Amino acid sequence: MEKQQTRAKLRSLILENYLFTDDESELEDEVSFLDTGILDSMGIMEVIAFLNEEFDIEVAEEEMIPENLDSIDNLLEYLARKRATV
Amino acid sequence: MCGLAGVLDLGGKGGMASLQARYSALSGLLRHRGPDDAGAWTDARTILVHRRLSILDLAGGAQPMLDNEAGLALVFNGEIFNFIELRERLEATGCQFRTHSDTEVILHLYKQHGLDFVDHLNGQFAIALRDTHQDRLVLARDRVGICPLFYAREGKRLMFASEIKSILPAMGKSPSISHEALDEVFTFWVPASPNTIFEGVFEVRPGHMLVVDGDRVVERMYWDWSFPDAGNFDDAPAETLAERLVELMTDATRIRLRSDVPVGGYLSGGLDSSILLTTIKGLGVTMSSFSVNFEDREFDESRFQQDVVKRLGTDHHSVMCRSGDIASHLARTVWHLESPVLRTAPVPMGLLSGLARDTGYKVVLTGEGADEVFCGYDLFKETKVRQFWAKYPQSDFRASLLMRLYPWMELPGGGAASYLKSFFGQGLATPEDAAFSHLPRWTTTAKGKLFFADGIKAATETSASARLMSRLPTDIRHFHPLNRAQYLEAKTLLAGYLLSSQGDRVLMKNSVEGRFPFLDHRVIEFASHLPPRLKIRGLNEKYLLKKAYERAVPASVVARYKQPYRTPDVTDAASLLTGEMRDTLSASNLNRAGLFDAKRVEFLLKKVSGGKRVTISEAQSLVGILSTQLVHQQFIQDFHQWAA
Repeated sequence: MEKQQTRAKLRSLILENYLFTDDESELEDEVSFLDTGILDSMGIMEVIAFLNEEFDIEVAEEEMIPENLDSIDNLLEYLARKRATV
Repeated sequence: MCGLAGVLDLGGKGGMASLQARYSALSGLLRHRGPDDAGAWTDARTILVHRRLSILDLAGGAQPMLDNEAGLALVFNGEIFNFIELRERLEATGCQFRTHSDTEVILHLYKQHGLDFVDHLNGQFAIALRDTHQDRLVLARDRVGICPLFYAREGKRLMFASEIKSILPAMGKSPSISHEALDEVFTFWVPASPNTIFEGVFEVRPGHMLVVDGDRVVERMYWDWSFPDAGNFDDAPAETLAERLVELMTDATRIRLRSDVPVGGYLSGGLDSSILLTTIKGLGVTMSSFSVNFEDREFDESRFQQDVVKRLGTDHHSVMCRSGDIASHLARTVWHLESPVLRTAPVPMGLLSGLARDTGYKVVLTGEGADEVFCGYDLFKETKVRQFWAKYPQSDFRASLLMRLYPWMELPGGGAASYLKSFFGQGLATPEDAAFSHLPRWTTTAKGKLFFADGIKAATETSASARLMSRLPTDIRHFHPLNRAQYLEAKTLLAGYLLSSQGDRVLMKNSVEGRFPFLDHRVIEFASHLPPRLKIRGLNEKYLLKKAYERAVPASVVARYKQPYRTPDVTDAASLLTGEMRDTLSASNLNRAGLFDAKRVEFLLKKVSGGKRVTISEAQSLVGILSTQLVHQQFIQDFHQWAA
């Protein structure tokens, strides 16, 4: 349940602020933000700020890599790992 | 500069005299282009009208200018800078002159050389020449597109004018926004020539003329940006080339100081305008300089301007562009641009021409064109790095050169590097693609198409870049990659935006003429033959230009790191959203125009007004949507109100 809520929050962040829509069909969870141009590197920094504000997650410098942050799926997996280690 | 308008009856039925009053009234919409005088001429098939901004031969240069014996009538907007030399040459062959204006030179050249008369002109011009003996009309435009000239063909009528606002009311059908051109604006920043944003209205392409013989309309190219086949560059030593460059620039500037009214100069604080003002001083001319400054210190260049002013002792004037100025002047500026724009820089440029006019100047020289001719833009350096990288795409070292272009993008964890690699890596597999240099920029800009209404998306399924490439008058594939980038830049942003929306339209808005020595065709042709390594040495842009003038301009200006253009549009986007602008972007107005998806625009406005950071492409989209809505409002919805 928590994972679904997290997913919804992340999707809403990307859909409303970078794709300017609330149409859920416009974003697939596995698609790369950078490859598709949905986010630029500053956008990734904003996502990092969002993770901190919304989920109280501190992203370490060495964790700022596409494998952790570059898609909804990657973000969800990264968040799950972070929460597991808290 | 001046304004011209007219109509040709292609059916040959005549009856034009009855329309003359109407066309003269329409030319009233061009009053800002020529407040000093007005004139009209008509024959059975043609009406020519003219609005004059008197600069040369104040007493004798009235237009339309006629040569009754030869059956010629001419209206002309612009300047022929080599008219003195041409006149001497023509007089030596027996031509007799009645005036001291450059206009009369055109008539004599046409009589001697026919359609090749344009080859002799060094200048900026839009010309409408009626040859009654041959039943011909010639509409000719200067080489690079400094002076505007538009036309529309409807049934048996060909209408033409310096500005579209003089054509639209004469058309039978209501004007509409061209979806194809809108798609192009949201790709290249400009409609792909000859398109304009209005369906059925076209521009005479730079370096081209329309020749109407009888009822047959033929487009003829007389000049184009041309580069040698890769490898065949001028191999003279750099020192020799630098000397030649100074000689050419000095002469290009000298002939552009010809005027019977005072001439001023724009000073940005960058290399090009500093070189220009230094050259003018070297010619023994004392002049006034004009600058626009920004409240936001990040964009303000006044420190560099002061270095140049101190050194040259110009009588300097400046105007401050404040945060609210952009929003308050945008609507009136768009009325003059007659096109959507993706950035608001035309507004401060309009404030600048207003300053020149208020100070008593109606002619200014500017450094425009140097970045295109000598490769000053980051895009050229990016192209060089990407070409180098494309030869070995696996190389992290080659990709990391991009970080040297954008050191301010440094982010922890390599986030910026991975973005730069994915962004500039576009097209890496096809470096021979003629559009290779511009793909990253066009892709960023095209993100704005996300906001198009569904109907627009469906209408523009063919790729804008494919359309542009198919319309280029020259096959550029055999050019060196850097020259291909220069060619595309000249054909899109230079002619369609810098010389238009940031040039002629906002200069003439205040009845001021701009002159551009770096765009003298002799300078362009000289620079076209320079080896690419003398344009960008390593990653040092405009290398030969800097070398030629390193001792003449302040060291602070030469050494200055060329900042990538970061516009106040991005940092201050929220200031655009005044009550009036919000109304322009309201769902009801968006739905009425039918061009953009109101719901998506609402999300964009929410993001901008919520104080969140906006990206370059989002800021461009906001300005693009807003200016398109203004074009729709002013030229389609409420034209009569705006024209009043």
